[in-house]
Amino acid sequence: MIDFAMSKEQQMVRNEVAKLVKGVVVDTAHDMDEERHIPPAAIQKAWELGFSISMIPESYGGFGLKDSPVETALILEELACGDMAFALAVMLPSLFIHPIAEMGTEDQKEKYLPLYCGETYKPCTLAIQEPHVGSDPVDLETTAERQGKAYVLNGKKCFVPGAAKAGHMLVAAALDGENNLFIVSGDVPGMTVGAKEKNLGLYALDTFEVSFKDCAIPMENRLGGEDGCAYDQLIQKSRVAMAAIGTGVSRASLEFVKDYAKQRVQFGEPIVHRQSVAFMLAEMAYEVDAMRLMTWKAASRLEAGKDAARESYLAKLYTGEMAMKVTDYGVQVMGGHGYIRDYPVERYYRNGRGISILEGIATL
Amino acid sequence: MTRPSTRAKKEGLGKNLQTVIAIEELCWGDTGLLLSWPGQGLGNAAIDAVATEEQLERFGDKWAAMAITEPEAGSDTASITTTAELDGEEWVLNGEKIFVTAAERSEAVVVWATIDKEAGRGGIKSFVVEKGSPGFKLDHLEKKLGIRASDTGTFVLNNCRIPKDNILGSSEVKKSKTTAGFKGVMKTFDNTRPHVAAQGLGIARAALEFTKEKLEEVGAEFDYRKSPNNIKSREKDYYLMEANLEAARLLTWRAAWMADNGKRNSMEASMAKAKAGRAGTLLTQKCCDLLGPVGFSCRDLAEKWMRDAKIIDIFEGTGQIQHLIVARQFLGLSSKELK
Repeated sequence: MIDFAMSKEQQMVRNEVAKLVKGVVVDTAHDMDEERHIPPAAIQKAWELGFSISMIPESYGGFGLKDSPVETALILEELACGDMAFALAVMLPSLFIHPIAEMGTEDQKEKYLPLYCGETYKPCTLAIQEPHVGSDPVDLETTAERQGKAYVLNGKKCFVPGAAKAGHMLVAAALDGENNLFIVSGDVPGMTVGAKEKNLGLYALDTFEVSFKDCAIPMENRLGGEDGCAYDQLIQKSRVAMAAIGTGVSRASLEFVKDYAKQRVQFGEPIVHRQSVAFMLAEMAYEVDAMRLMTWKAASRLEAGKDAARESYLAKLYTGEMAMKVTDYGVQVMGGHGYIRDYPVERYYRNGRGISILEGIATL
Repeated sequence: MTRPSTRAKKEGLGKNLQTVIAIEELCWGDTGLLLSWPGQGLGNAAIDAVATEEQLERFGDKWAAMAITEPEAGSDTASITTTAELDGEEWVLNGEKIFVTAAERSEAVVVWATIDKEAGRGGIKSFVVEKGSPGFKLDHLEKKLGIRASDTGTFVLNNCRIPKDNILGSSEVKKSKTTAGFKGVMKTFDNTRPHVAAQGLGIARAALEFTKEKLEEVGAEFDYRKSPNNIKSREKDYYLMEANLEAARLLTWRAAWMADNGKRNSMEASMAKAKAGRAGTLLTQKCCDLLGPVGFSCRDLAEKWMRDAKIIDIFEGTGQIQHLIVARQFLGLSSKELK
């Protein structure tokens, strides 16, 4: 069945998020970026909508609703259209909660889910990316070694969102050449969280380098127990999540310059009356649609329980490329004004650069 | 191709969606072949859209080409100068029509002509001119960059006489600038633009599959798990092409799906054609690039696909016209505001 329409329920969810974004993000995104800080109250407000825990069984503190990657993609696009850093901060606990719920053992679910599925937002995170050229989420340099009743982690991670305040994090490491995830408590010896990173974009999001030196964790903390976990599935979800976010950032730039170009008068008429400007906007419009359709297609496969290796890969690749193109056009349409930080398009451009580079900082 | 299959029905595919999927498959081999397929021409689309019962009886089974373009009227279809005058029970047509697809193979041609130059668009009507009508001559066939299996020709209408009842739609001249009649004919294109986009998908996919096969023969590896930021340039090029093709396909399917579901799709149809036309052109160029000598030699088909793909960004509205349509609709601008 091929269907391009949103269901009533999906529209409702999207509208709910749009309302939240309008209420707590639109007017504050600029200040959050300048101050490199997101007010906890805004995050709490978003948390109360329950996106991260809706699919968690009630017995663990969630709502026990059906898991819907498509719905989550809609949520992420909408949040990121407001602000990408805000979107990532709000959805941060999903990075820990969802893999545990989907791939954890019964004991792991029972032990960790209730800690983070409460009424209050509590940071927990995921560490995948590594701070070197050629970092690849499926070709990890961080290792885990079995020593007696423990796994010993060694290696370095970067762009770990919320690491400083996270009670727990999942750490991706290679165990005998196989990719695995390990549950690591925030205060474990051998783990060092560095200073807050300074990055090209996402000023408002706290990200950190985290290093592991002979960091021993209990053997029962291997996600999925002795069998390990379906690591590639997490990568697929993370890629589609980034694609949804890329769509949102690009849409934000498009919507902003669409209005600007209609109002900005040069040579006696709005600049949008010129083909050179109008054609850029036309291209932005169909590329944002294409990004969304690529995202939905991959998310739909995941929702149907199918493998989405190809679709998630292409969706992230495409949205990564197009987020650059669209947000670049956004700056270009505004000329000098686009370069000035009074306007949001330079922020979209900086943040948009992250879509193709960042891995494992969002999930469905 | 126009009859829904049982399986397609079960999967909930409408007629337009089925058609674009089928066209992609048919054009995987050769889009020139599809254009030479009886009854698939624009002329038949126009007849299907506006013909009366009586006209359907006479022309419904005839292979009909469409003749719009003139030497001085390309994308600006409203400026055509071919004239039609009523003389008793017959229309008398005079003018020259170029770039007519299936000019030689077709049995009839839907000719656009004006019955009142002063009326602008309001005076433009379409007429079914059957082969063999007096004064109707196929002047010559063009030699083209690509789609060479398809015949493209020029017609000269020199006091060409056709029955009065061969006019499609009403012969009334509407005074307003944007008439329902002209819009009606233009609407034909809303439905056919996704079909043209789908032709582009077929050509591009053929080129891409061939390129992948050849690259794998010389050791390229494709693995959808590994980060696209650490791979060889040729592999990255391939993935980007595959992603662009998929994006163009989804835009095309969406436009067709909208038509099937009774949604106005003029903007989305142009988005699909703009994207597919451009993506197909760039992608087939890149395939030749990656293939090196194999991409330049006529021994293989890559060079042909590159030549064929170019037409998708040209006929039935150039890429620039598609951008104009998208921009006007997306931005809510009139044709006066955005020229």
